[in-house]
Amino acid sequence: METLLTVQNLNISLEGEKIICDLSFEAKRGEIITILGPNGAGKTVLLKTLVGIFPYKGKIEWKKGIKVGYVPQRVPFVKDFPITVGEFFKLKTKDDQEIKKILQFFGFDENFLNKNLGEISSGQYQRVLIAWTLISNPDVLFFDEPTSGVDISSQKSIYQFLEKLKNEKNLTILLVTHDLNVVFKFSDYVICLNKCPICQGKPKEVITQESLSKIYGQEIMFYEHYHQH
Amino acid sequence: MSIITNTNFLIQLLAGIFVGGVSGYLGSLMLSRKMTIVVDPLSHLALPGIALALILQKDVSVGAFLFLFFGTILIWFLEQKTKLPTETIIAILFSTTLASTFLFLSKEEIEEAIFGDISKMGLWEGIITILICFFIFFLIKNIYSKLTLILVSEDLAKSEGINVKKIQFLYLFAIALMVALAVKFVGGLLIAGLVSLPPASARNLTKNLKSYKIFSILIGLSAVFLGIFLAKFYHLPIGSLIILLLFLIFLASLIFKR
Repeated sequence: METLLTVQNLNISLEGEKIICDLSFEAKRGEIITILGPNGAGKTVLLKTLVGIFPYKGKIEWKKGIKVGYVPQRVPFVKDFPITVGEFFKLKTKDDQEIKKILQFFGFDENFLNKNLGEISSGQYQRVLIAWTLISNPDVLFFDEPTSGVDISSQKSIYQFLEKLKNEKNLTILLVTHDLNVVFKFSDYVICLNKCPICQGKPKEVITQESLSKIYGQEIMFYEHYHQH
Repeated sequence: MSIITNTNFLIQLLAGIFVGGVSGYLGSLMLSRKMTIVVDPLSHLALPGIALALILQKDVSVGAFLFLFFGTILIWFLEQKTKLPTETIIAILFSTTLASTFLFLSKEEIEEAIFGDISKMGLWEGIITILICFFIFFLIKNIYSKLTLILVSEDLAKSEGINVKKIQFLYLFAIALMVALAVKFVGGLLIAGLVSLPPASARNLTKNLKSYKIFSILIGLSAVFLGIFLAKFYHLPIGSLIILLLFLIFLASLIFKR
C-alpha cells in the first residue's frame, strides 16, 4: 500500500498552549485511522492542522497530488439565510452531472436538491456534508466526530457509508471519534491521544483497559463494552 | 410636472435606485450575527466623518468614507487581536464617535447627518454614486459564493483553501463604501435598516438563495425610489421615509411568509 501522508514529530501550539506533542504516524491508501481521546485532547486541532488551517512544527508530508476532503465537527444548520441543497453544492462545483452522481451514491433523489438546507434532518445534513466533500474526488477524507448530534438510526447508516466509501473508492479515512465500537469495527489503525500520543497501532492490540484508563485518566467502565467484540 | 423635468431630481432618483438595490444585495450576506454587529458601529463611525465634511463644506460621502475606512481597519484589527468582547469594542467606538459628532455640529447639520439629505446632489455626484454602486456590486458578486460558504462554516471554507480573512476584509470594505454612499439617503443612524430590512423581508418570501438575492435587491431599490418621491412631495426627512417604507414591506412579507 502506498503511503499518502507521513507525519513526523508533529508539535502544535496555539496561543502559547501546547496542544499536540511529538506525534508520528503514516496513512496509507485505503486505510481507516481513528483518533481516540478525551475532550480537549487536541483531536480536532490535529485534523485542522493536517488540512492546513493551523500552523505547526515538525513534518507533515503529503504524497504529491493528493486531494483532501474535510468534514468539520457539528457544522451548524444554516438558519440565517435561505439556501437549497442544490445551491449548496453549486458553491463547490458548477457540474450538475457530478452533483447528481454523488447524490445517487448517497441515496438521495433529484427533488432533494430543491430542499432547504436548514430544514433537512441532522442525518441527512451530515450525509450532504460528506457528499459535498466528496465532490472533488479526494483521496483522503477527514472526519471529525461524524455522528455527534446525529440521531441513533442515522449514526449507523453514516458508518455504513464510510465502509462503502472505503470499499468502492478506496478512500483513506481519518476519523475522530469517542465511539469504541467504531474503533474496533471499522478502523485499521488507532491513535490514542491526550495531547501527547498514548498508544497507537491495531485497535485489538493497543486498546486495553490499561491504555483506556491512561487516555481518559481514570478507571472507566469500558471493560464489558470492549468484550462484546 | 416640473419635478420630472428637473435633471437633478432624475439623477437623484436614479442614484437612489442603485444605492437601494446594491444595499439590499450587500445586506443579503449580513444576516449572520457576526456581520450585523459590524455594520451598526460602522455607520455610527460615519457620523463624525459626515460632521467634519459638513463643517469643512466637503462632500459628506468623502468624509464618511475616510472615517469608515479607518474604522473598518480598526474594527477588523480589534476583532482579530483583542480579547475584549466585540460588543464592548462597539460600545466604546459608538459612544466616542457619537459624542464627538454632537460637539462638531449645529442643529440643522445634526438633522442632515442623522436623517440624510439628497437635495444638494448634482449630476456628477449622482454619476459617481452610480459608478461606485457598480463597483460594489461586482466586488460582492465576485466574493458571494465564498462568503456564503464562510457563513455556512468557516472550517469548511478554510479547508477549501479560501482565505477567510481576505474575503471578510473585502466585504467590510464594500460595506464601508456602501455606508458612505447611503449616508446621503438615509443619514448616519438609519443605515443598518437600509441593509438589514430588505434581506429580512426577502427571507420571509423565499427558500432559495437566488430569489432571496433578487428579492432583497428589488425591495431595497423600490423603497428608496418611493422614499425619494414621498420626501419630495411631502417635504419629510427622506431617511425616515425610506426606513418606514422598508418596515411596511417587512410587515407585508410576514403575511406572505413561506
